[in-house]
Amino acid sequence: MRRQLPLALCFIAGTFMAVQYFIPHPVVQDSYERLLSWLQTLLAFAFLLGTVSLIRMHYHKIRNRAEDRGYSWVTLIGLVAMIGLGFFHPEHNAPGGWFDLVFQNVQVPVEATMFSLLAFYIASAAFRAFRARTLEATLLLVAACIVMLGRVPIGDLIYEGIPSATQWILNVPNVAAKRGIMIGVGLGMMATALKIVLGIERAWMGGGE
Amino acid sequence: MNKYERMMNFDRRWIFLVIAIAVVIPFFAPLGLPIVVTPPVQRLHDAVEAIPPNDQPVLLSLDYAPATVPELEPMALAILRHSLQRDVNVVVMTLHPAGYGLAERAVTQVAEETGSTYGEDYCFLGFQPGISAVILGLGVNIRNVFPEDAYGTPLNQIPMMDGIRNYDDIPLAVTMAGSGIAEAWIYYANQPYGQDVAAGVTAVIATDYYPYLSSGQLAGLLGGMRGAAEYEETIQQHDKGVRGMDSQSSIHVLIIILIVLGNIAYFGASKRKRLAEREA
Repeated sequence: MRRQLPLALCFIAGTFMAVQYFIPHPVVQDSYERLLSWLQTLLAFAFLLGTVSLIRMHYHKIRNRAEDRGYSWVTLIGLVAMIGLGFFHPEHNAPGGWFDLVFQNVQVPVEATMFSLLAFYIASAAFRAFRARTLEATLLLVAACIVMLGRVPIGDLIYEGIPSATQWILNVPNVAAKRGIMIGVGLGMMATALKIVLGIERAWMGGGE
Repeated sequence: MNKYERMMNFDRRWIFLVIAIAVVIPFFAPLGLPIVVTPPVQRLHDAVEAIPPNDQPVLLSLDYAPATVPELEPMALAILRHSLQRDVNVVVMTLHPAGYGLAERAVTQVAEETGSTYGEDYCFLGFQPGISAVILGLGVNIRNVFPEDAYGTPLNQIPMMDGIRNYDDIPLAVTMAGSGIAEAWIYYANQPYGQDVAAGVTAVIATDYYPYLSSGQLAGLLGGMRGAAEYEETIQQHDKGVRGMDSQSSIHVLIIILIVLGNIAYFGASKRKRLAEREA
């Protein structure tokens, strides 16, 4: 029963969500709306699950005196402080409130800085790793240089054909390759979905049986 | 160690320094390079331009996190300015848990600039978890997903939401995302409901969206800071996007120079090595 019930629920819900698309009857559409509301509620629990998992992981690191437990302290203190500010400050949602102040002045610049570091690493990697060793690598390198120039205004000044060449690369070879990949991924997703709905793939239940 | 090997073992901190200089200097000494508007950006501009003022709203979903603010916020500001200055109503929301404060910041800033009134010209619905469920739910009834706005006012009490029920009443949905959320809008809003969807995405993932553009599933596309700059050009209001273009130009040229130098060093060193082996 512990296995059959989730499998039956999965089969019924999966089949219904696929079939409802083709049945505009009000009863079916009402059930669809209800399922969407349930789905939203269920997905909200993912935040709770994530938070509990995060706390457990860092708690164990601190308890086991792991070498890098200092970071766990920072994570937990940050988590508790932000949750505290969000819950207990009376105007936590208003711009200028404590929560908003910490978010705008700590979280935003820190994350933006981390992402910006990518420019430095890309430049360093371009110098050290981007080699025209083979014909394929050379083609990739030439295409990358054209697109890099075509995506900035200086490309127009260097040669007026660069932006057009960039658009052609993006619209023709790029789209052709991406479509092939997307069709493959789409077919894979459909096959996996079918396997889950029909109970062939059961890893989501936490076991292989 | 010959000169090519010395080049290959170049301390990368010098590269970091040169990059930092190339980014910073154009901010103080702008080059004023001309911006050419590309078709994907022009299509989005035209789609917003086609919406009648004081009628049905644009749905702007600012689905980005702090990491991608420098690229995506200029786009959001440009579209908000374009819409609100034309008196096109805007409904702002976010599907990213860290996007609440950023979306609120963007819409508040432009509303102050344009003198727009909350509830009449724009409203902010806040965040709801469950990306696919929310996008699908909006196609059924907005009030099922967002019974009230971000400040607790029921949607039925917001004047601009009067008569706005689902995607049938929204001529255009625009998402700004640095992740797969933009794809979710195509899958769950454009495909099942036929909703016109446009996207603003980071430059890193912009190429992923060209197939949707050519198939007509996207009404327009802004890719990276260049996309923001082009949109600013279409509305003739230069801001962070255009300002960032000079830095981006210098960085791209610098990276190409580094690629060329890296290859010269590599092939030079390889040739020397082969010659030395032959002589030995």
